[in-house]
Amino acid sequence: MLDNFLNLWHGFYIAGDPFNLLLMVVGILLGVIIGVLPGLGGANGVAILLPLTFSMSPTSAIILLSCIYWGALFGGAITSVLFNIPGEPWSVATTFDGHPMARQGKAGEALTAAFTSSFVGAFVAIIMITLVAPLVASFALQFGPAEKFAVYFLAFCSFIGMSKEPPAKTIVSMMIGFALAAVGLDMVTGQLRLTFGFEELLNGFDFLIAVIGLFGIGEILLTMEEGLEFRGKAAKIDAKVVLRTWATLPKYWATSIRSCIIGCWMGITPAGATPASFMAYGIAKRVSKNGKNFGNGEIEGVVAPETAAHAAGTSALLPMLALGVPGSPTAAVLLGGLLIWGLQPGPMLFVEQKEFVWGLIASMYLGNLVGLFVVLTTVPLFAAILRIPFSIIAPVILVICAIGAYTVNNNVFDVVMMLVFGVIGYVLKKTSYPLAPLVLAIVLGDSAEEAFRQSLLGSGGSISVFWSNPLVSTIMALGLVAGFWTLISGAIARFRVAQPA
Amino acid sequence: MEEAPHGAAGSGPSQRSVELGTALLTLLFGLIVVYGSWKVGFGWGADGPQAGFFPFYVGLIIVGCSLINLLSALREDPRVLFAEWGQLGQVLKVLVPTTLYCLAVEPLGIYLPSILLITVFMKWLGKYGWGLTAAIALGVPAAFYLVFEKWFLIPLPKGPIEALLGL
Repeated sequence: MLDNFLNLWHGFYIAGDPFNLLLMVVGILLGVIIGVLPGLGGANGVAILLPLTFSMSPTSAIILLSCIYWGALFGGAITSVLFNIPGEPWSVATTFDGHPMARQGKAGEALTAAFTSSFVGAFVAIIMITLVAPLVASFALQFGPAEKFAVYFLAFCSFIGMSKEPPAKTIVSMMIGFALAAVGLDMVTGQLRLTFGFEELLNGFDFLIAVIGLFGIGEILLTMEEGLEFRGKAAKIDAKVVLRTWATLPKYWATSIRSCIIGCWMGITPAGATPASFMAYGIAKRVSKNGKNFGNGEIEGVVAPETAAHAAGTSALLPMLALGVPGSPTAAVLLGGLLIWGLQPGPMLFVEQKEFVWGLIASMYLGNLVGLFVVLTTVPLFAAILRIPFSIIAPVILVICAIGAYTVNNNVFDVVMMLVFGVIGYVLKKTSYPLAPLVLAIVLGDSAEEAFRQSLLGSGGSISVFWSNPLVSTIMALGLVAGFWTLISGAIARFRVAQPA
Repeated sequence: MEEAPHGAAGSGPSQRSVELGTALLTLLFGLIVVYGSWKVGFGWGADGPQAGFFPFYVGLIIVGCSLINLLSALREDPRVLFAEWGQLGQVLKVLVPTTLYCLAVEPLGIYLPSILLITVFMKWLGKYGWGLTAAIALGVPAAFYLVFEKWFLIPLPKGPIEALLGL
């Protein structure tokens, strides 16, 4: 334990380097811009900027990119409160009370509350990561291929059970991701597969191209269909508003703690941030004295979902660091970045790349602190960016996406590929196929397949290897419970109705 | 952007038919994956699972779940709209220029098509004056040129125009 604190102290030393501090501010600012613009979100923003970091040291690069992630999380609150447009799915619950507050002229209070609770949620989650991640990693060092596959299985099953889309659609979307990941050269046998003679497919599908297309182009098409006009509320935040709001916030300590726990718990499982924010909002509404007023601009209704969403968004990095299984699309892109920088994500990272891991964890503390101050001081600027008409912003974002897609591999064909993914993303989103599992499957496809084949090799082809010892059986059983959660919770509910206690 | 949607309001393809189409497409995709895996071998080779082993089962799952989606789409209310024709028109107004743009990057480089794309959007969809349009259409690619090629030293695709200018 003491060892970890020494490591963390050393990490602060790395993250506190003036160059890295500058990168944090730049990252947060870029992240908020990305978060408030339609068509650019955390995942594809990081994907587009990834090639720019190839010349940096991995530690500086991850600090820049993770700060973009924090910035995008903060930015989601701005659009939710001022424009009633949730930038990300987990900001939906923030609009319920945040936008009514803005309409009553209390936008400053709503934003201060949102940013502060985001900060609190993230901070608690980072403390949790600091304490828990090394333990999980050292535990995971004993994992063989079967356990590794079981962890992937659990991660993907949680998607099926947690998402509100029909399970068959989630599975199709996920399996399309796995199939796309399999295209090209097979790492084990060296054989070409699923290329059907197209030379462009030799190297398979790059997940960065998929992310930029699915989330970037797809989002622009969706926005265009709605003929979006921004009718936002003006926001003015000055020190007086901030201090006045801060003075009222301690009243909601119980809500905060509850939301932090929900967020940390749900964030570790993939797809957790959105259900976490709704759950925190729902429970706060039921428990609070002012519960009846929720939806009409109650500040507690902003605190609860924002705290939970950020705690979840931050905890999503725990499984990515400790197990190599990202908990969100953005974490998946960061994981892809690690691979490109030549780092192997997973438990060995804590042993072999101490500087990197602890520099990143220390930068989470500093980055969120820097982020809170940056967003509180620059809100009017970002609200102004949101007022730039869509017919100017849209082509610029399209150009940015095209440049981003090209720079991944310096390949012009990727720009066309991005467009194809964009159209697919638009159709899938309109027919409620979730995109996150697709992206995660493209990123993890090769590793999952490798773990699967290695375990089968060890057992001579028998599936029973996934039930061969208590550890792997437990993880697989958890996975099955998560996968069939919709059915199980339905059954429990029916049981309760049948037998009123 | 706020012009009235052309085509009769309230009509358009139904959600049901789009869902059916999507399910059929994923079904086709699954079958292609199964066929491709079958071609490279999906069984158990001399040195363990063959190359098509994993994707074969992935393809089978896609086929199975696509059939489920197909059945549930059949039960959907055919009166619910996917989108109105006017809305789809708006989407095409973005999609067509963007497609031309992406195809033009290969022969012309990134800069000229970017200038044209921004100009088309601002003049055609935004109805801005020439001054502002020119400023943004030229300024944005110029900024990208400086950031990528001069600052980060990442070359972007160039075409014959840039070659003429000696960039």
